[in-house]
Amino acid sequence: MNRTDIWQGARTGAVVAFSTLPFGLLFGAVAVDGGVTPLEATIMSATIFGGASQLVGVQLFGHHVPAWLVVLSVFAVNFRHILYSAAMAPHVQDYTLGQRLLAFFFLTDPQFAESVKRSEETGRVSPIWYLSMAFVIYVVWVAGSALGAVFGKLITDPKAIAMDVLLPVYFLGLVLGFRRRANFLPVVAVSAAASILAMHTVGSPWHVSIGAIAGIIVAALLPEPKGTKAES
Amino acid sequence: MTTDLRTLLIILAAALATYATRIGGYVMITRMKTIPPRLERALNAVPGAVLATLVAPAFFDGGWDVKAALIVALLVGLRHAGFGLIIAGWGTAVLIRHFA
Repeated sequence: MNRTDIWQGARTGAVVAFSTLPFGLLFGAVAVDGGVTPLEATIMSATIFGGASQLVGVQLFGHHVPAWLVVLSVFAVNFRHILYSAAMAPHVQDYTLGQRLLAFFFLTDPQFAESVKRSEETGRVSPIWYLSMAFVIYVVWVAGSALGAVFGKLITDPKAIAMDVLLPVYFLGLVLGFRRRANFLPVVAVSAAASILAMHTVGSPWHVSIGAIAGIIVAALLPEPKGTKAES
Repeated sequence: MTTDLRTLLIILAAALATYATRIGGYVMITRMKTIPPRLERALNAVPGAVLATLVAPAFFDGGWDVKAALIVALLVGLRHAGFGLIIAGWGTAVLIRHFA
């Protein structure tokens, strides 16, 4: 039982790691290009473990902005994780304190999305499944950043191989995974519209939190549609 | 040698700030005795709502190569779950950039 959980978690982690590896490489390359050393880039991946926020961070390093602004920007990009950790509460009830503290460190976008999917499919997100998935993603992410930092100069034109398209396409796939949820269409439509509007008024990265909160408010205001199975 | 203390401290502060976002929501929600159904519905909407904000601006502000890639990915994703959508969307963008 535990062994299948380890194996299934690692397998899901491997699929996620495969699609995030290019970003690990890209992050390492961009970081070194912006004046961060390979060691610092690797430490960033190992301690922050959040791709988009790390990219924002190294860009600010390059502009020599004050330290608090770098930290605040990373916080802003990662702000959406507050929503994830609240939504994870029912799934980690039977975790030990240590498992819980560790699990929240690894709570990235794909980790959250796959965990929610897992609980819908099997009714449970076991700590062993969660952590083996997280471990595979983490190792590949940190190793990929280190490799990208050392060999980054080899990627001369990331646009030509469409690296910038991979992330939105990958997130689109995650969105589609939730399309059978209650009120999926109105929530996603409002989030999308609000994030575009916020992007052009308030600016990035706050468009993520503003858009998400708009969609979540819609979900709270709409009645539960008939025929949706209640989640335990 | 390959890092200076200031950079290292900034990185560690950013890591702490990130960890705070990853555990903060949980700490807040467990302080509540019961979760009202409205809040539960709101939390259920979190994945779709957040992930949509990571896609929509890319589509809206992207060139027609990015738009085409996302549309192809959407069409493939509605029929098949899994990895095919990533390959299809990414492949579309590569083809357009090399041949158009």
